[in-house]
Amino acid sequence: MTGSPLEDRPPLAIEKVRYYGEPVALVVAEEEYIAQMAALRIKVEYELLPAVLSPKEALQSNAPLVHEHLDKYKRHEEVRPEPGTNIANRVKIRKGNMEEGWNNSVHTVEIEVTLPQSDHAAMEMRCTTAQIMPGGKVILHSASQSPYVIQRAISESFQVPLHQVIVHTPLVGGSFGGKAAVQLEYLAYMASHAVGGKAVKLVNSREVDMIASPVHIGLDAKIKLGCTRDGKLTAAEFVHLFDGGAYSDRGVVMSRAGAVDCTGPYRIDNVHCDSLCVYTNHPYSTSFRGFGHPELTFAIERAMDILAKRVGMDPLEFRFANAIGPGDTSPTQTLLDRSNLGNLPMCIAKLKAWLDTDDSPQYETHGHLVKATGVCCFWKNSNTPTDAGAGAVVAFNADGTVNLLCGAVEIGQGTRTSLTQLLAERLRMDERMIHIAPEVRTETDPFYWKTVASRSTFLVGNAILRAADDAIAQLKGLAAVVLQCLPTDLDVGGGRVFLKDAPATGLAIEQLAHGYTFPNGTTIGSQVIGRGSYTMQNLTLMDPETGKGKLGPEWTVGAQAVEVEWNTKEFTYKIIRAATIVDAGKVINPLFARGQITGAMSMGLSFSSREAFFFDEKGAVRNNQIRTYKLIRFGEQPEYFVDFVETPHMEAPYGLRGIGEHGLIGMPAALANSLTAATGVELNRLPLTPETIWRTIHDPV
Amino acid sequence: MIPFDFDYYKPSSVPLAAEWFHLLQQQGKHPIYYAGGTEIVTWARTNDIHPGAVIDLKSVPECNVMEMQGDKLVIGSCVTLSALTAANPFPLLSETARGIADQTARNQITLGGNICGNIIYREAVLPLLLANSRIRIAGIEGIREASIHQVFSQKIRLEAGEFLVQIVTDRSDLSLPFVHIKKRQIGSVGYPLVTVAALKKDERIHTAYSGVCSFPFQSAAIDQVLNDTSLPLSARIDQAVGQLPAPLLSNVEGSAAFREFVLKQTMAEAVHTLERR
Amino acid sequence: MTLPPPAMYPVACEVNGEKRLVRVRAADILLSTLRDQLGLTGSKPGCENGDCGACTILVDGLPVKSCLMLTVEAEGKQLTTIEGLKNSPVQHAFVRYQAFQCGYCTPGFIMNCEGLRNAHPHADEETIRVWLESNICRCTSYEEIQHAVRDVFTPKT
Repeated sequence: MTGSPLEDRPPLAIEKVRYYGEPVALVVAEEEYIAQMAALRIKVEYELLPAVLSPKEALQSNAPLVHEHLDKYKRHEEVRPEPGTNIANRVKIRKGNMEEGWNNSVHTVEIEVTLPQSDHAAMEMRCTTAQIMPGGKVILHSASQSPYVIQRAISESFQVPLHQVIVHTPLVGGSFGGKAAVQLEYLAYMASHAVGGKAVKLVNSREVDMIASPVHIGLDAKIKLGCTRDGKLTAAEFVHLFDGGAYSDRGVVMSRAGAVDCTGPYRIDNVHCDSLCVYTNHPYSTSFRGFGHPELTFAIERAMDILAKRVGMDPLEFRFANAIGPGDTSPTQTLLDRSNLGNLPMCIAKLKAWLDTDDSPQYETHGHLVKATGVCCFWKNSNTPTDAGAGAVVAFNADGTVNLLCGAVEIGQGTRTSLTQLLAERLRMDERMIHIAPEVRTETDPFYWKTVASRSTFLVGNAILRAADDAIAQLKGLAAVVLQCLPTDLDVGGGRVFLKDAPATGLAIEQLAHGYTFPNGTTIGSQVIGRGSYTMQNLTLMDPETGKGKLGPEWTVGAQAVEVEWNTKEFTYKIIRAATIVDAGKVINPLFARGQITGAMSMGLSFSSREAFFFDEKGAVRNNQIRTYKLIRFGEQPEYFVDFVETPHMEAPYGLRGIGEHGLIGMPAALANSLTAATGVELNRLPLTPETIWRTIHDPV
Repeated sequence: MIPFDFDYYKPSSVPLAAEWFHLLQQQGKHPIYYAGGTEIVTWARTNDIHPGAVIDLKSVPECNVMEMQGDKLVIGSCVTLSALTAANPFPLLSETARGIADQTARNQITLGGNICGNIIYREAVLPLLLANSRIRIAGIEGIREASIHQVFSQKIRLEAGEFLVQIVTDRSDLSLPFVHIKKRQIGSVGYPLVTVAALKKDERIHTAYSGVCSFPFQSAAIDQVLNDTSLPLSARIDQAVGQLPAPLLSNVEGSAAFREFVLKQTMAEAVHTLERR
Repeated sequence: MTLPPPAMYPVACEVNGEKRLVRVRAADILLSTLRDQLGLTGSKPGCENGDCGACTILVDGLPVKSCLMLTVEAEGKQLTTIEGLKNSPVQHAFVRYQAFQCGYCTPGFIMNCEGLRNAHPHADEETIRVWLESNICRCTSYEEIQHAVRDVFTPKT
């Protein structure tokens, strides 16, 4: 069995198939088309079993069980399945006193929201190769965010010593969380094993990639929110039912994320949340950019807009008034300060200024066209394992250039460039002097947990800074001997080690990089190799009853807006403008940072406006091609506005905060809020296609 | 990747193509004619069709013409949609072609291929239905000509071994006032929820539809109702929708109920626009 | 299971200015031939169904989705793949405007732009939109690509 944190998934279905698209057999052949021909000749007879097709259905008392033996599955990280039900995990938040909270509420809203499962749809399909060498060494190449997780998973599942499993990950063609899961690697190993260890390549077709490999999680949520007469939030109650599909994978951890940050970035003293990962007979879910946050944000931010309306406050002012700040506590009762929280009010103020620069009102009509703006705020904590860590090696070449070794995978986010820049900054050298390979190789690159959760610049970045400091110490130590001074008298920069007080006196790094050779040939010292590593500090697990715990080192907060032009006649709309103000802590590479934000916004707008699996009555996905599963295309992009606030996070390199996912988080909510303003009906269901909106208006059931 | 093998033939003349088809048929090869290939490749890779041989018509000179022959516009079946739109001899056809797939795909998709395809939309046929185009068809017996209405009913209906060589349209029908409206689920690329093409000829509006039912069609009954100016437009449209030749389509692109809403609007837009011309 | 060997077809074409001869199954897709036989892996499979544009190459100067073309259809044609470009203005513009992230869709976008330059050296915004909506990018917001392409088509003084 495979799966993490809960081992509930056989690589090939055993006894029963739990979702449409689940792999049932593997064929290995010398040519791809021959394998396909052979696979087509396999006739499978299925006995039709009753299926569970939504999280709500799954929780009914008479619902068929997707997994009958939930109690027997091995558990890795913290996970609480409830045997005899379809609940793979339940996370509870109990903070404050609900009775008091509701007693203090003058206004309350209660809504339900639905986000269906959808797909990551990275342009490169998931693919892997596996080869078992005669000596037992296993070599895998995989388009993955998690080479070190693959290494461990293959090692544990097939009893191969860890160091005998070697994983290579080249540049990855987009992933968005979908390539953090381990799936094809097991199959490729099994296939290679079946043919005597020959190299076997396994590539998903698009159709298979969309349904057989894990997908973007869905959510059915119910939320009740209350505030005082003057708009101060008093209480919030949440039931999050995440559609984890047929196997739990990272869905259970996402259900935890859905609880940890359930309130959004608002000060609420009384919070009650049950966040469940529920089994259904849908494709199974794994991490997706934002990791539960686009979903939870949709729920809370729809409720916030409705409550603001009740109170009679401007939606942005309502948020500003309730913005969480230093001295407040999070739903898991972490005490917040400027460093771990950032500055949301500043983000809101900047967003307000941007909205105000345009003279046009936030709601205006021209014939059958209505322009309207929707806003929202977001926050995200990383929900990483308490021991997530990274290592880095900074090795000097004889000419003074540097090789940087680390395990962060390049998936298009520019991480290996940004990490190089961090190192260059610390070594005070030109970044063109630093070489970093495009690919990650587990046998030579130091460990990195996995490239997810916008964590690479934090974890790997910290490891690199430590490695840089180590190298600097070595350079200074060696130079001090040569220059007959103390290491503390020295500084490093511009390719030299020099006396602080007399910068003209010093040595070129190339004179020291492989040890210093005196004129008589005697050499002292040796190659300068800086090493550094960093692991999450002071994180804790959650208390199972109250949820109390510290789940990540810091939040990234932000405020967003979307402006739409709604056609009241045709039920179509154009997205005119979209804005994100995010507290990035410190912007490392302005062009990349903006690209990460706008790219994530685009993905969020695509997903909330059109992306959803279309299931038939038996639970089969009917739109597993890009032809019918629509993605936003060139020409539909709105005008983007991105701005940054910089409130340093003291634990992070140069104060930076993760920003890779965050542009996406509020887009579904902001889009729904803008369309709700434009149409006058509450739009609590994604995707927001013209048909969904038409149905909400004409067919409210 | 196509999970089966087939033979490939590229005849250089109409008779050769028909003859080879006949021969391959006799050999039990289940040949099919091949033009742009976009649809055949997509069906073949998903194992939905299994031709033993394909006969590529792109080297047949007659299939590549696009010219006026006297009073008639003749378009070869292998002319691509993008070539058609660029040359623009028949503006309604150009507009319709521009709505199909995307620009790059239209460099491969041919007029004949779109009309003869298995994908249910076949939007390129709409202008031909409206313009009463004639179709030149080749078979082992030689070339025959027939009205589009004779050979296209829901889909192309040719005799075994026949292929579409050319489409012939009267000059007088090429520049009539027209409307083409395509509505999709969302975005500007993709299959239609509703495509309406309409021409105005002798003060009468002629309409044709794709995406509405599981096949493209023109309906005399619908046109009759839509032209009944004694009724207000909304009443005409309600009646017209009652005359659909088959149930409204319900699929991934949209439900029947929403299609009906979009259809009514699109019909109204088309009729309204043409009535003012 | 053994299958009779399929009939192989010789196909002669020009790839990036070089004469090439390949032997293929009739059912072989041009994209696979380029990648697997000719080692030109710049053209990417994103859907193999003509829906995403990642495999776009130029055939006789026009952009074509190589996943929807049989290799046998390439007989006598001039093919240009991303490997056939060296420092083209489009490539430079994509770099300058950071018009890619993971880069997987980029060869298709660039080849489409090259085709557009051939067909419409002074393409206007609308023509650019109609052509470029043939390609999907999942990483960028398209704004970056728009800036790059606009730069290519803006007359330089």
